[in-house]
Amino acid sequence: MNAVQPIQLLAPEGTLSENETYSPYIAALSDEDLRSLYRNMALERRLDAEATSLQRQGQLALWVPALGQEGAQVGTIAALKPSDMVFPTYREHAMALYRGITPEELITQFRAVAHAGWTPEKYNFHLYTVVLGAQTLHAAGWAMGIAQDLRTGSVPRGRQEDEIVLACLGDGASSQGDVHESMVFAGSYGLPVLYFIQNNHWAISVPTSTQSKAPLAARAGGYGFEGVRVDGNDVLGSYAVAAHMAEQIRSGQGPKLIESVTYRIGAHTTADDPTKYRSADEVERWKAQDPLDRYRTWLTAQETADEGFYQQVEEEAEDLAAELRRATLSIEAQPLEEVFDTVYAEPHRQIEAEKAWLKDYEAGFAEDGDKA
Amino acid sequence: MSAELSTEQQAQQPEEMVLAKAINAALHDELTADEKTLLIGEDIGALGGVFRVTDGLQSRFGTDRVIDSPLAESGIVGTSIGMAMRGYRPVAEIQFDGFVFPAFNQITTQLAKMHNRSDGAITVPVTIRLPYGGSIGSIEHHSESPEALFAHTAGLRIVAPSNPHDAYWMTRQAIVCDDPVIILEPKRRYWLKGPVDRQNPAPDAFTAQVVREGADATIACYGPLVPVALAAAEAAAQDGRSIEVVDIRSISPLDDETIARSAAKTSRLVVAHEAPTFGGFGAEIAARAAEKAHGRLRSPVLRVGGFHMPYPPSKQEHRYLPDIDRMLEAVDRSFSY
Ligand SMILES: Cc1ncc(C[n+]2csc(CCOP(=O)(O)OP(=O)(O)O)c2C)c(N)n1
Ligand SMILES: [Mg+2]
Repeated sequence: MNAVQPIQLLAPEGTLSENETYSPYIAALSDEDLRSLYRNMALERRLDAEATSLQRQGQLALWVPALGQEGAQVGTIAALKPSDMVFPTYREHAMALYRGITPEELITQFRAVAHAGWTPEKYNFHLYTVVLGAQTLHAAGWAMGIAQDLRTGSVPRGRQEDEIVLACLGDGASSQGDVHESMVFAGSYGLPVLYFIQNNHWAISVPTSTQSKAPLAARAGGYGFEGVRVDGNDVLGSYAVAAHMAEQIRSGQGPKLIESVTYRIGAHTTADDPTKYRSADEVERWKAQDPLDRYRTWLTAQETADEGFYQQVEEEAEDLAAELRRATLSIEAQPLEEVFDTVYAEPHRQIEAEKAWLKDYEAGFAEDGDKA
Repeated sequence: MSAELSTEQQAQQPEEMVLAKAINAALHDELTADEKTLLIGEDIGALGGVFRVTDGLQSRFGTDRVIDSPLAESGIVGTSIGMAMRGYRPVAEIQFDGFVFPAFNQITTQLAKMHNRSDGAITVPVTIRLPYGGSIGSIEHHSESPEALFAHTAGLRIVAPSNPHDAYWMTRQAIVCDDPVIILEPKRRYWLKGPVDRQNPAPDAFTAQVVREGADATIACYGPLVPVALAAAEAAAQDGRSIEVVDIRSISPLDDETIARSAAKTSRLVVAHEAPTFGGFGAEIAARAAEKAHGRLRSPVLRVGGFHMPYPPSKQEHRYLPDIDRMLEAVDRSFSY
């Protein structure tokens, strides 16, 4: 599995190496851009910790920690344009925050008060998809739509001619039939899709080796496009590889695939007990590769950021956590009436009848006063 | 060895255990009884499944017989079919109801039809374990009741246990059955405790059972709603109304005789399930009871179930799911005719 070394620019010790293809993308980043990468990773990490504790306190149905995967996510999304559509899984919190999704919008689904917390259109960020792999076909279809727009000269207002699509998935999801079919379509039509596989080594309790004996990046070759492995805990490498691929896709070269090699430091979800299937040693080894630590070391050594900056980020992160807590506790559950109203786009007899029945039924209790 | 003996001795006595543990015991006993029985599914090995139903089985029977699969439901069911054709008895776990759909093609076009389309030459004794139903406060796709979709497919047997003893025996009977069987495991009842007698089999898995006698009305339901119906009957008894409860247990085949007999006896029938009533399995029961108990019913058969919507966000599921009040409201209505 380690036969193909992932591309790495920033080593765990915080030293940056040169790469002919990728270094220019880093060189083009301003100090402000570089600080922003850190800030975005740190914000997600703090939000993640807060959500985990909210779940432990019974305030959330579930939380899906992204701890350890901040570098992979922030590096990749930063390489896209805001106009590029993203189809996430359910763990892309750093990407969601990066796009401006608010803590309240993000937490809605996990508090189980509504299925959707945000309007995808607003952030060019689709809803989280829980049925593994399904969204990769939507991403391919979206890309087919882009191609149709260009053909008919009808790129919608607010969208860009050079839009590309990010299709996120995990190492486990890579085994789903839908993912295969998505890559077949993307390859066949040369669609502008960037597949982004976060190989965090585990699909709940199942190691990546059960899904594939070859690096997942190698899959792409079978569909006729390029796949690259990158060290997902290296935010600069993640950025440069994604930026390079995005540029190629934008120029009409068809789909590409990134296998981002990272690690899920936390549990699969708050319902999971990882001690049942993996060793503490393994987790410790990966903690030593932490994406924030190494980046901070480098930023500091470069004198791109100082203590004042880190202090400021920390304060901002505390505010974000406080806002998450406030939003979680105050958020109203979507009433069932609204669920009825959104099953169909047009009126439907049974919906009307059942909604009316429920109203009468519950009114009966209100009169009796004997149901909470 | 001594540990084994004590397990055996324990097995002589009815044992109190939770429903999840009863299924675990059934799987253990079938793995022991038949070398050709295999388990396959996501996370069923070291983790013991996300509900711990297969806890300890991989360490006891090995990774070749308790197989952690790649993350692919169509693959799980499709390869189970192939193994079954080759003489094995795969017991496939689908992690949650909402994730059975990637396997829907294999289940409906292949598993269900293989015996028939081979003129009976091929049997596919695949068991599919499907944790189903709501009321667990989860996020979407984790609380669904897809039984009607499978019931409509000829070639699949479908059972839904409601208590640990039934869960133990119905699981064993499903595994030894030469037809494909889907076991709808009532996930919100995994921690329901009850006696399991490993010496005295429960009634045939493919029959319904009257679980509480009554005179004035019948509530028929299955799986997670049986305890709700029993509680409703208890509440009604305090108001002087005597309700009979039928645990349907088997959705296909459907023991319509037992249900119709009870309905004819009490003269009123309410059918309940968590799945939406519209196009739901309750409609099949209602039609059959209306026909078989015709002339003995004083009210139309009434249905209690979910609404015509995707399973709602779980903060609102209490308004969606049939509860004691919803069942009793239907019983009241049946008295108003
Ligand atoms: C089709 C489908 N099957 C099963 C599940 C249950 N499930 C949720 S997450 C998960 C593991 C996913 O692993 P991976 O794709 O590697 O993503 P990660 O959770 O590691 O980010 C499983 C089995 C699901 N959500 N969808
Ligand atoms: Mg994974």
